[in-house]
Amino acid sequence: MTSAMPVTFFGWVYFLLQQYGVLFVKGALVTLLLAVGGTIIGCVIGLFVGILQTIPINPKDGLVKRGFYRCIRAILAAYVELFRGTPMIVQAMVVYYGSMQVYNIDMSPLLAGFIVVSVNTGAYMAETVRGGIISIDVGQKEAAKAIGMNHFQIMSCVILPQALRNIMPQIGNNLIINIKDTSVLNVISVTELYFLSKSAAGAYYRYFEVFFITCAIYFIMTFAVSRFLLWIEKRMDGPDNYSLVAHDLLADPCGPFTPKKGEK
Amino acid sequence: MDNKVFAIEPQQILKIKNLVKYFGKREILKDISFDVFQGDVICIIGASGSGKSTMLRCINMLEIPTSGEIIHDERNVVEEQDKLTLYRTKVGMVFQQFNLFNNMSVLENCMVGLVKVLQQDKAKAKQTALHFLDKVGMAQYINAKPHQLSGGQKQRVAIARALAIQPQVLLMDEPTSALDTQMVGEVLAVMRELAKEGLTMLIVTHEIAFAREVASRIIYVEDGVIVEDDTPDVIFNHPKDARTKAFLSRVTTGLA
Repeated sequence: MTSAMPVTFFGWVYFLLQQYGVLFVKGALVTLLLAVGGTIIGCVIGLFVGILQTIPINPKDGLVKRGFYRCIRAILAAYVELFRGTPMIVQAMVVYYGSMQVYNIDMSPLLAGFIVVSVNTGAYMAETVRGGIISIDVGQKEAAKAIGMNHFQIMSCVILPQALRNIMPQIGNNLIINIKDTSVLNVISVTELYFLSKSAAGAYYRYFEVFFITCAIYFIMTFAVSRFLLWIEKRMDGPDNYSLVAHDLLADPCGPFTPKKGEK
Repeated sequence: MDNKVFAIEPQQILKIKNLVKYFGKREILKDISFDVFQGDVICIIGASGSGKSTMLRCINMLEIPTSGEIIHDERNVVEEQDKLTLYRTKVGMVFQQFNLFNNMSVLENCMVGLVKVLQQDKAKAKQTALHFLDKVGMAQYINAKPHQLSGGQKQRVAIARALAIQPQVLLMDEPTSALDTQMVGEVLAVMRELAKEGLTMLIVTHEIAFAREVASRIIYVEDGVIVEDDTPDVIFNHPKDARTKAFLSRVTTGLA
């Protein structure tokens, strides 16, 4: 360690990186964990809510069954509206301190933060998934029905794989937003990147230098994630070409259709 | 009673009784009744908007009839809707817009019903799917995705998909209307072949020449009512109803 304090901006940056490098890495990891984990769980919640909201209500079903579906829909709609309609920073306070005061649950800030991010993302994803589901043309759904599939099979085999592909950009958006917005969880002392940066900055009163580093770390994370998601999207699209299979598969060259010459 | 008569009587697959369908306040189908027997190739003809497609969609319960009965296997399908998925495996459907599953290859499109609905093991399902894909001349293309195929090819795959679950009757809703003339030919050829093999079919079509050639029965629909239900010979050569006559003369002059 140098005994003299640095004088230049980059000198400070270098010094702080040496001093707090481990802290920054730890903070970044917690941020990533919260953002990635929260987005994944949020997607799962969103999928379930989206599927439940799109279960068709058949007018010929019994009163109880229809009432049950309507009830579920109302609860889910309330969930979506409530969590989209309040700030995450406030939700964090309510969940963390509320659980302690009302239910006497002493959960760690990290767990509380994780729950808040997941549930919050779930509310947004529910609407995204619903949009993705209704974007798949109704014909495929009818075709699936026509071969005897039930709602769950239609969803899992036909609609969702396509809907998921279509909403990948939006999932990416959510992940990037979550990487940045988990910083609000510092209000309940989650040791994510912003929280640790703040304490590092406080030690030497070098706010600009520390948050310059923090800024760079956030950007590296979001940029990496955004590229990674693009790569996944490409992989989901599959190859552009396909190979023909030799025609003597079933050794029936004079079926009703032998392919014409030039037909690929 | 003479038992012999029963012995040669073909098996009844569907009995449609007094089917009525409203969309809002508009009555699309008014009291539709007819029977479908094993081996029937029934072509349903009529002007656009006459209710032909709605009729077919009601038979597969894609549209829920407002009232009336569809009797299959001594059960009224309209009432017993909890057995709908089983019923639909007995009644295949081919759509105007093909409606292939875009996320699956040609082979998977034909296998998914067998694996998921009929719960066959994959090897057996693949064999069945390949058999029917070969029948429609698409066995070479099993690895292709729907968007890589032409319209006619897509429709042939859609036919194979419907056949793979081995339904008792195949409903076809204007299977060639979305295709250009060259592709119409290849799809009609497949359908002709299926008719020859004795597959029971209910075909809504505007291909009058095809209907005349292949159908064992023609149903003429106008304004949600079955005007005539008879053999092609009667319908085309000596129609009994003035409305049928008027429609046919319109269509044939249109074709000439």
